[in-house]
Amino acid sequence: MRTYVLRRVLQTIPLLFGISLITFLLLQLAPGDFLNQMAENPGISAETIEAMRLRFGLDQPWYIQYGIYLKNVILHFDFGESFARHQPVFEVLQDGFNNTLILAGAAAVITWGLAIPLGVLAAVRQHSWVDRTLSLVSFVWLSIPEILAALLLLMLAARTGWFPVGGMRSLDYDDLDALGQFLDILHHLALPALVVGLIPLASRMRQMRGSLLDVLRLDYVTTARAKGLSERVVITKHALRNALNPMITLFGYTLGALVSGSFIVEIIFSWPGLGRITLDAILQQDQYLVMGAVLMASLVLIIGNLIADLLLAVADPRISYD
Amino acid sequence: MTEITPPEPLAVETAKEAVEVVAPQSPGVVFWTQMKKSPLAIAGGILLVFFYLLAMLAPFVAPYPQEQMDRTKYFHPPQGLHWIHADGHFSVRPYVREERLFDVGSFEYREDPASELPLKFFVRAGPIHILGLIPTSIHLYGVDAPGRVFLLGTDSFGRDVVSRLLYGSQISLTVGIVGIAISFTLGLLLGGIAGYFGGWADTIIMRITELLLSVPSLYLIIALRAVFPVDLPSRQIYLGIVAILAFIGWAGLARVIRGLVLSMRKSDFVTAAEALGFSRLRVIARHVLPNTMSYVIVAATLSIPGYILGEVVLSFLGVGVQEPSASWGNMLNQARSIRALTTFPWLLLVPGTAIFLTVMAFNFLGDGLRDALDPRRVSGGKA
Repeated sequence: MRTYVLRRVLQTIPLLFGISLITFLLLQLAPGDFLNQMAENPGISAETIEAMRLRFGLDQPWYIQYGIYLKNVILHFDFGESFARHQPVFEVLQDGFNNTLILAGAAAVITWGLAIPLGVLAAVRQHSWVDRTLSLVSFVWLSIPEILAALLLLMLAARTGWFPVGGMRSLDYDDLDALGQFLDILHHLALPALVVGLIPLASRMRQMRGSLLDVLRLDYVTTARAKGLSERVVITKHALRNALNPMITLFGYTLGALVSGSFIVEIIFSWPGLGRITLDAILQQDQYLVMGAVLMASLVLIIGNLIADLLLAVADPRISYD
Repeated sequence: MTEITPPEPLAVETAKEAVEVVAPQSPGVVFWTQMKKSPLAIAGGILLVFFYLLAMLAPFVAPYPQEQMDRTKYFHPPQGLHWIHADGHFSVRPYVREERLFDVGSFEYREDPASELPLKFFVRAGPIHILGLIPTSIHLYGVDAPGRVFLLGTDSFGRDVVSRLLYGSQISLTVGIVGIAISFTLGLLLGGIAGYFGGWADTIIMRITELLLSVPSLYLIIALRAVFPVDLPSRQIYLGIVAILAFIGWAGLARVIRGLVLSMRKSDFVTAAEALGFSRLRVIARHVLPNTMSYVIVAATLSIPGYILGEVVLSFLGVGVQEPSASWGNMLNQARSIRALTTFPWLLLVPGTAIFLTVMAFNFLGDGLRDALDPRRVSGGKA
């Protein structure tokens, strides 16, 4: 197990190296750079631009720039400076990452909090009207793209005024007490989290249903029933535990999907997360910020997949990686 | 496999005693019997045929050119069809009422109950080319000039939403097909090579797919988009979008195909083909890959929505198809402001419904195809 984890972690290093190289090359291929955009501003003199070009090292050929970037990252854990924000990339990303994590975390609570009970309900009452309704709704629900769901909920917020129409905090956030601040963020969080959380709900629910149905067919469940245990005990104590195994793996895989899935939602709801930062940075050609953001998003995806594989081994003793 | 091949007549008449022989069903027959069991899949298929027909005939069905603006009709709401006339009598031919700008600030329109613009079919209007070939000036419907008909309203430039939806579908619906064609060719070829040859080719191809699959897709799409300037001619933007989506899309498929090929490589029919002295490429292309087809058809159908949504997202973010060309994505972009969402809901609901129905139809069709083509249900990741 330990060697497996070690091998997987080591495999991540060339992967991240490759991702950083590709991202860097893509940014080099893009026409112009951050300073070209700045030069269009008549308020900034050509000398200032030239001085900045020297300071950022943008006058160097790309392989030297990339080399310096790698050296700083590896030796000093320094991811460079955001041109547009005049702030170290690491700081900018830390904020964005935390905000994305809040969004993804809340979304995960919604997804799993609903998917497991609904999936169990559908499996226990297989072929009943509850099951049929749930399966029809989830079938249709699977086809609603995130972008539409987000815009529809934004429309709800705009028309009713029940929810803020974007952002993460109200203007008077700083004047609120701790509870007020928490509730304020929760209020802003509700709709974006609902979109990110409800999208995977349909498939998770179907998987939970299928998984429980598979287990309910097994002999040991029949044995438990034959012992005279109540149906409730058979399901919660005996069947559900095993049925949850595949769901645990899926949970890891969704971690990565949540980061990707929140991208468009963050933009529509102006949630100051990683997706928003990345889009702004790419449009402004804020080179090192883009690099950092893409690396960070990829790292979450890779770690999520690793966790998924490990959780599976932990949850299911039949699987071993040695 | 899509056409019905009748079971071949068996030559049993020659036998003296009539023996009842059950004809083996051809794959086509099996396919259709299975398909008929899923009405949703058939409905999805029919809806898609209808949508693609509309896209092909867009210039004919649309009453106006996609970029035609009307400066007096910004944010015109959808007109209702009426059948009962002012004097109370009923007519089969529907009519729309003229609506006049009542308040310039809020774009509030008021219907003029006295005005009646009867909806006419096969009317003469601006010259167009159907399918890019047949010149005509006949449109499916319209009203007599100077009246205008906006069945689904107008946008912020006073352009007819029906017309933009139809012209936009030419872009949004084909992105998926063209993208799939490219990425699946790549995926099949590279996955086939990796699985069949193994060795360093396998290693290189698999490492590349790992790289592509390790970056969350939207981040990669946006980063790739940054390589091209924003303001290109729309044809080049279109090709750029397709290229980006195809470049990302092949990786998942290649991995599955590699697995399938790997499991097939040692099978008897491959050995037989090799023993016959066929070249390795021919063995891959003619013997191994066709056996992955049922998986590929299902995977392709289920991945087309992803490509359509890729275009929608890029255009929505303003880096995809550029105005004045219409696409479903940049139509959604018009609905982004709070004002549009509160006051002009059709700007969101019209393209939104089109996108939703298309995605749903592909999902239903793909699901039905999976059951019909592959009773064993080859499971696999999303391609």
